[in-house]
Amino acid sequence: MSKIWDIHGGIHPAENKQQSLGDPIQTVPLPPSLILPLSQHIGAPASPLVKVGDKVLKGQMIAAAKGFVSAPIHAPSSGVVSAIEEQTVPHASGMQAPCIVIATDGDDSWIEHSGTTHYCEKTAEELIAMIRDAGITGLGGAGFPSAVKLQPRQTINTLIINATECEPYITADDQLMRQRADDILIGINILAHILGDPERVLIGIEDNKPEAQQVLATALQNSIAVENAPAIEVVEFPTKYPSGGEKQLIQILTGEEVPSGQLPANLGIVCQNIGTTHAIYRAICHGEPLISRVTTVTGKACNKPGNFEVLIGTPVEHLLTEAEFNSVLCPNLVMGGPMMGFTLPNTSVPIIKSTNCLLATTAEENPAPPPAQACIRCGHCAEVCPASLLPQQLYWHAQSKNYERLEAHHLADCIECGACSYVCPSSIPLVQYYRAAKGEIRLIAEEKRQSDRARERFEHHQARVEREEKEKAAKREARKLAAEAAKAKREAEAKAAEENPESTTKNIPTDGDTKNTGELDIVQAALARVAANKASPADQRKRFERAIETTAARLAKAEQALEVLNKDKNAEQSTEKLAQIEQQRATIEQARLRHEEAKNKLAALNTDQPAAVEAAKGKPQTETPTDDEGLDRAATAIARAQKNAAEQASMSPQQKLLKQRDALQNRLNKAQARLAQAESEGSEQIDAFSNAVATLVEKLATAELKLSDAGSENTPHQNPASTTEENS
Amino acid sequence: MALGRSSSPHAHGPRSTQWVMQQVLVATVPGLIVLTSFFGIGSILNILIASVTALACEAAILKLRNRPIGFYLRDYSALVTAVLLGLALPPLAPWWLTVTGTAFAIIIAKHLYGGMGYNPFNPAMIGYVVLLISFPLQMSAWVAPTGLMVDGVSALGPDFLSSLQIVFSGSGVDGFTAATPLDAFKHNSSLLVDHFYQQTPQFSQARWAGLGWEWVNIAFLIGGIYLLARKVFTWHAPIGMLLGLSVMALFNYDGGSSASDGSIIFHLLSGATMFGAFFIVTDPVTSTTSNRGRLIYGALIGVILFVIRSWGNYPDALAFAVLLMNFAAPFIDYYTPPRTYGHGKSGTIIHRSKED
Repeated sequence: MSKIWDIHGGIHPAENKQQSLGDPIQTVPLPPSLILPLSQHIGAPASPLVKVGDKVLKGQMIAAAKGFVSAPIHAPSSGVVSAIEEQTVPHASGMQAPCIVIATDGDDSWIEHSGTTHYCEKTAEELIAMIRDAGITGLGGAGFPSAVKLQPRQTINTLIINATECEPYITADDQLMRQRADDILIGINILAHILGDPERVLIGIEDNKPEAQQVLATALQNSIAVENAPAIEVVEFPTKYPSGGEKQLIQILTGEEVPSGQLPANLGIVCQNIGTTHAIYRAICHGEPLISRVTTVTGKACNKPGNFEVLIGTPVEHLLTEAEFNSVLCPNLVMGGPMMGFTLPNTSVPIIKSTNCLLATTAEENPAPPPAQACIRCGHCAEVCPASLLPQQLYWHAQSKNYERLEAHHLADCIECGACSYVCPSSIPLVQYYRAAKGEIRLIAEEKRQSDRARERFEHHQARVEREEKEKAAKREARKLAAEAAKAKREAEAKAAEENPESTTKNIPTDGDTKNTGELDIVQAALARVAANKASPADQRKRFERAIETTAARLAKAEQALEVLNKDKNAEQSTEKLAQIEQQRATIEQARLRHEEAKNKLAALNTDQPAAVEAAKGKPQTETPTDDEGLDRAATAIARAQKNAAEQASMSPQQKLLKQRDALQNRLNKAQARLAQAESEGSEQIDAFSNAVATLVEKLATAELKLSDAGSENTPHQNPASTTEENS
Repeated sequence: MALGRSSSPHAHGPRSTQWVMQQVLVATVPGLIVLTSFFGIGSILNILIASVTALACEAAILKLRNRPIGFYLRDYSALVTAVLLGLALPPLAPWWLTVTGTAFAIIIAKHLYGGMGYNPFNPAMIGYVVLLISFPLQMSAWVAPTGLMVDGVSALGPDFLSSLQIVFSGSGVDGFTAATPLDAFKHNSSLLVDHFYQQTPQFSQARWAGLGWEWVNIAFLIGGIYLLARKVFTWHAPIGMLLGLSVMALFNYDGGSSASDGSIIFHLLSGATMFGAFFIVTDPVTSTTSNRGRLIYGALIGVILFVIRSWGNYPDALAFAVLLMNFAAPFIDYYTPPRTYGHGKSGTIIHRSKED
C-alpha cells in the first residue's frame, strides 16, 4: 500500500451516493433527435464536416478538431442532419452555441470501424492519433482533450488515474468500475504504454467505494496473471471533498504540490479520469469513438435514480424521463455535482461528453440558502480551503475590487471547489465573488495586452516615419547638388554668352552632354549614399536568419502558453477562457506566418544573391522592394531636379523670375489649403502651417518685386540665349 | 420548462451565524453560574439590563439604517455583546452604568462602523473601557465573594431585594465590596508573596489564586473548551494568549519576593484571564484572519495583559490589551498569510504585491 498524504482543508458534505447505486448501469432508448454542441471540450470548437440533409452513420465523424487543442465530434447514432444552428448548450451561463442536430432513423447502424487488442505493437503516436480521432476528452467534468494531455514534453514517471469521484451524489465512475473493471484496466495499460511505461501507475479512490475498489483489485490480480502489464496500484484514501481535484489528488498520492501556474507534467505526472480510460479502451480496442457515456441521474425529484449509459447529445428531458423525474418537485436542475455543477436553464439541453451527473433535488432535500449576512471573519472558510487561501480576505478584496490585493492573496490559485461557500455560516456566495473577480482580472489583463500591442504598433510607425524622413533627406540633398551644378553651369554659360553670344547656341548640345556626365556623377553619388544605408546581402541574410529564429521561439512560446491555458483542468469552461484560447491560437497563427515570411525572404535572398552581386558592380542594385522603390523615387526626383535646372539654365532671368513666382504662388495656394484643412480639423499643426503660409507670402512678395525690377530693366533686351532655346 | 438558476455550490453546510452566536451564549453559562454563586445575583442583573439595552439600541439603529430589524436581531450578535459586557462589569453595578456601556458598545463601537462584521474594535471591550475611564469608582467596586472571612466574620452578599435596590438606586454597594485579588496583590509592597497570601483573606482562604476568582476562571475555561470542541474557533488565539501571559509571568516571577509579579497560576486564574482568552480574544471580527496570525495576536494580548497588570495603573487590563491588539490585527494579517498550495513560501501580502 502506497503512502498517502493529507490535503489542507476539505469538507464532508452528506454523500448521498446510495440512492443511485441500486441498479446496474441502464440503457436509454434512442431519442428522436440528438443535439451535438460543437464545443463540448476545452479548446477550439470543432468544425462541421456535414451539412443539413446529410445522412450520417453511427460513429461517423461529423465535426473535425480545429487546431491542436480541440476534439472531433461523431454521430452517436445513424440518421439525418436536420439542423446546424445555435442552441442552448449546457454551460453555467445558459448561453447558446452552434450545434449539429441529428434526427435519428432508429436503425442505429454503425459506420465501418475496427480496433486492435494488440495495442502494444502500435507506437505512442499512432495510439494518440486514434484517441484524438475518437474525440476523447476528460470525462471527469472539465472536458480537456485527452490526446493533448498524453503528449507532454517532460518524461512521465507517474500515471495517476482519478477514481475519486469526490462530489456528493455522483456514482457514474463507481458503477463503471464495478461493472467494467477489466476494460478499465486495459485502458490504463494503453495509457501507460503511450506514456512510455511510467514507474508508477496509481488509481486513487476514496474509501467510500469499497465495492469498486474490491472489483478493481480482483481484476488487477487476474490481469497481472494474464499479461505482462505495468504494476498498477489501487490507492485508497479517506473520503473528503475535494480530494478529486487534480492538484489535490496529486498531493494525496505523491505528497507533491503542482507549482502555481504549472502543469502536473512538470512533476512528471499525468492524471486521467477513470471514465476516460474506459473510453480509451473502447476507442483503441473496438475502434469506437466517444459517442456515449455513463451519467448519474439522481436526487429526490427522481423516482428511479440510477446510472445510465446515454448517447452524447441526448436531450436532458429524455434521460430524465427514464429516471421518472418529477419536475414539480424540482426547483432547480443541476448538471454536475452539488458542489461544482451548474444549473440548467431548461431540460432541452443535451448531455455532453463531460456530463457526469444530473442532479434533481427537491426543495426539502436542498433548501435554498438563507439570505447572506455580513462576514464575521470566523475563518471556517480558511480552515476548509484546499488551496490554503484566506477566502474571507479574498471576499473582502473582491467586494472592494482591489485586484492587486486579490492577486497578492493568490486568487488565481482558487480552484472554485466551493468548500468555503459550503461552510460559510453567513451564507455568503464566496465562489461567485471569486469567479466575478477572476473574470474582471482577465478582462483587465486582456485590455493591458491590447494597449501594449497598440503601443508597439505606434513605435513601429514612428520608426517607419523616421526612415522615410531619412530617405527624403537623401533626395533633398541630391536635388540640392543638382541645382548647384546647374547654377554653376548657367553662370559659366552666361559668362560665355556675354563673351560670345553665338557660341552659346552652338554649345548647348555639347554642353548638355558634359552637364549630363557631370550630373550623372552626382546621381551616382546620391544613389550610392542611399544604397549605403541599405544592408549588404550578407547582412540581410543574417537579419532574416535572426528573424526566423525569433519567430520560431515566439511560436514555441505561444504554443506553450496555449497548452498551459488548455491544461488547467480546474478552470471552468467559460467563454472568457475559450476566447483566451482563441486569442492564443491567433497569436500562434500570426507567429507562424511571420516565421514563414522570414523563411521565404531568406530563400529569395539566396536565389537573388548572385545576380545582386553581379549588379552591384555596375549600379547599386536592391533586393527588397521597399529599397528599390526608394532608389527609384530618388532617381525620379533627381531627374526632375535636373530637368528643372536645365530649364532654368536656359531661361531668361525674367522668365526665371516669372516661373519662380508661379511656383511660389502654387506653393502658397497649397500651403493655404493645408492650413485651412488643419484649421477645420483642429490639428496641432496649425501654427506650423500658418508660419509656412506667412513665409511663402513674404517670398512671393520678394519675387514679385524682383520681377517688376527685372521687367523694367530687361524687357527691352531679350536674352538671345533664351530666344534660341525657345526656338529650338 | 423554466428552471431556477443559482451558482455553485448548491449544497450548504448546517452552520449559521446564529448557531455560532448561540454556542457562545451557551458557553458562558458555567462562568455565569460560578460568578453568581460567589458574587450574588449581580451578574445576572447586569446581563438582563445589558441585553434589553443592546436589543433596543440595535433595533433603533437598524431602523435608522433602514435595515430589516427582525432579520438582524435574530443573528444574536447584539445579545452576545450584551452578555459579555454584563459578565465583565462588576456585579451590582448601577443600572445606568450598564446601560451607558452597552449603548456605547452597540451604537458607537458596532453600528457607526457598519454593524456586524465591520467593527474594528471589540464592542464589549469598548463599552468596558469607556466605563472604566469615565466611572472608575463604580467600575472598581467588586462585591466580596460569598464566604470570605474577614476578621472572623463571614461576608454575606446582599439578598435579592437589596441587590435590586442597589442596582436601581445606584448606592449601597459599598457595604459589600472588597478588593479583588489582583487589586490586593497590586497593593502589596512590603511582604513576601507567601506572607502576603497568609495575611490576605482572599488568598488564605483560596486554593490557588484568590477566593471565587479561581473558580470563575476555571468555569470560563470549561466554556471555552466546549467552544473549541464544537469548533466554533481554533485554539490559536486563546492558547496564544495564555502562553504569552504564562511566559511573561514565568520570566518575571522571582520565587516570591515582595517585588514579585505573581506566579503563572496566579495570573492564569485571576481576573478576566480565561474569560478573555475564550470569549474576547476569540472574537473573529476584530482579530486576525490566519491561524498563524491568531497565535501571534493572542500571544501579544497575553504579553500586554501582563505588562499592564504588573507595571501599569490598572489591576486588570484585558480590555486595553485587546483593544491595542485590535489596532494591530490588520498589520499582523499582512505578515502572516498561509502558504498557498503550489507556492514556495508564504511571504507577506506586501511582498507578494511587490513581486507582481
